[in-house]
Amino acid sequence: MNIKTLLASAAVALGLAGGAFADGHEKTKVGFVFVGPIGDGGWPYEHNKGRLAVEEALGDAVETVYVENVAEGPDSERVMTQMALDGADLIFTTSFGYMDPTINIAKKFPDVKFEHATGYKRADNVSTYSARFYEGRAIQGHIAGKMTKSNIIGYIASYPIPEVIRGINAAYIHAAKVNPDVEFKIIWAYTWFDPAKEADAARALIEQGADVVLQHTDSTAPQAAAQEAGNVVTFGQASDMGQYAPFPRVSSIIDDWAPYYIARTKAVMDGSWESKDTWDGIGAGMVGIGEITDAVPADVKEEALAMKAAIADGSYHPFTGPLKKQDGSDWLADGEVADDGTLAGMNFYVEGLTGEIPQ
Amino acid sequence: MDLSVINPILLTAALMSAATPILLAATGELVVERAGVLNLGVEGMMILGAICGFAIAVETGSPLTGFLAAAVGGAVLSLLFALLTQVALANQVASGLALTLFGLGLSALLGQGYVGIKPPRMPDVNFGFLADIPIIGPILFSHDPVLYLGVLLVAAVWATLKFTRIGLILRAVGENHDAAHALGYKVVRIRTLAIMFGGACAGMGGAYISLIRVPQWTEGMTAGVGWIALALVVFASWKPWRVLLGAYLFGGITQLQLNLQGAGVAIPVEYLAMSPYIITIVVLVILSADKSAAPGSLGRTFHASH
Repeated sequence: MNIKTLLASAAVALGLAGGAFADGHEKTKVGFVFVGPIGDGGWPYEHNKGRLAVEEALGDAVETVYVENVAEGPDSERVMTQMALDGADLIFTTSFGYMDPTINIAKKFPDVKFEHATGYKRADNVSTYSARFYEGRAIQGHIAGKMTKSNIIGYIASYPIPEVIRGINAAYIHAAKVNPDVEFKIIWAYTWFDPAKEADAARALIEQGADVVLQHTDSTAPQAAAQEAGNVVTFGQASDMGQYAPFPRVSSIIDDWAPYYIARTKAVMDGSWESKDTWDGIGAGMVGIGEITDAVPADVKEEALAMKAAIADGSYHPFTGPLKKQDGSDWLADGEVADDGTLAGMNFYVEGLTGEIPQ
Repeated sequence: MDLSVINPILLTAALMSAATPILLAATGELVVERAGVLNLGVEGMMILGAICGFAIAVETGSPLTGFLAAAVGGAVLSLLFALLTQVALANQVASGLALTLFGLGLSALLGQGYVGIKPPRMPDVNFGFLADIPIIGPILFSHDPVLYLGVLLVAAVWATLKFTRIGLILRAVGENHDAAHALGYKVVRIRTLAIMFGGACAGMGGAYISLIRVPQWTEGMTAGVGWIALALVVFASWKPWRVLLGAYLFGGITQLQLNLQGAGVAIPVEYLAMSPYIITIVVLVILSADKSAAPGSLGRTFHASH
């Protein structure tokens, strides 16, 4: 550990102590519940960046608190209850598995506003928000399909929830579009964060011939495994993971929660907060595409950027027909675009993917 | 489904590597428990070992020094537990849990400057021509030294407990600390040494994750391995070779299930995901039918005046 981090932690501690005493006016208290450690370099890390942005933007008017490593499920209710009892005005619960706990606790604290990430259950004091990560997955799929030589793309999936399935479908559709021979090998890790297991999953995929590994888990362990293997392409998940650029990490999907968190906190402060469902993508800036490195051929990079621009301005939707479901039944007719309801509850693979979605 | 994509040689080699962190931590905990102490802080000592080993390996450029530092780090943290439970006579369960929480927090603090850094690589042991033997070579003779150390450690612990005077004393302390005390053995001192040994082993297990298996530093990267090691000691009936069996079984089936998923086997993923736990438990429970019991004084506090 270096002096700088020591000083920084000391400064934070002092700041906290100072904040507790300087109680001139009522602060808006914003709580965050994180599913993993904020230093994981992935999903909680980016949410925490959003939290810091709230502090920076609103300064003394807000106080933020957070709890890391909160298990999804009933235990999270305890954490949320504690936050609400401690006087939080707004609580962001930042993982899918907090959905029912958030609804339960929101009932008990009608005056506290809740914001649940990636879920679909709302109440008068519960909003939901999510990002259209599948837009980024489409771009990844395109690059992956162009870059694979073995035509085997590995995919480390976390839990079989719509968000993850959307990502797999979006990546597959666009990989298969540019490379009809492509095959997806999917491993369900049943974790958001377990570096050793993620590394093992990446190695298993690589040993089975995958030369592109996509991940929907939060740690950088698969990147390290790919680097060790030498000739395997990866993409950053949730965060840039730029320390593995330019290779194996050739691009990334970056979640940018800061503008949303600031806007919602402001809404609580001026009383304009109301329950709603937000689902923004590349266009609104909630989903960012990390720098595409020079390891990607120039023409592929150009195509990827063109797709990004088309998605951003709304002229292209990653789920545009003709598309069939895995069982061969029709889903979208030629030119038809998937509606948000179907996407939000997506529980099927598109045609061409093998294997079954765990139920 | 295409099982031919799974390479059994690579799979076997991978399982040995996957099992080593659990094996190291569980062997250490076995000694601690045989001395009559229940230390639930394995996870905390592992994660501290992971960052100590990582930091020192990065600073010195020598993974071996890193492993030494990890052992020292784990042992020092376990001293805190020894102080609480052996001197202050605090409750072992609560102290162990506190140790885990403390270790997780401390490691996160220590590790702040080390996120995203690549550690120096531990070279594999050079066995010369042995490594070129087909099948056996890649499976047995292509690993890093710490993996072999893990296996040797199991053998050493087994031999020490079974054949030596030190082992006998350690077991006596664990079975009945009052009797051992009456015979003139220093119960607290022996237990403290056992706790430190357990801490050192757990620390090395943690460093194996951060330096060899993953290899990188991420907060909370042990992700529950310490708890599996703890459970393994119980299911292995406090016997070293069963710990080895359990660790390899668990590591092996974990690897196998990931590979089977990749190969698209038509078994529901849920069953594959739970299989390492179930099979390990079932096998070890069947083995423990010989009614081997826990050390008699396990988890009980000792004071000479009682």
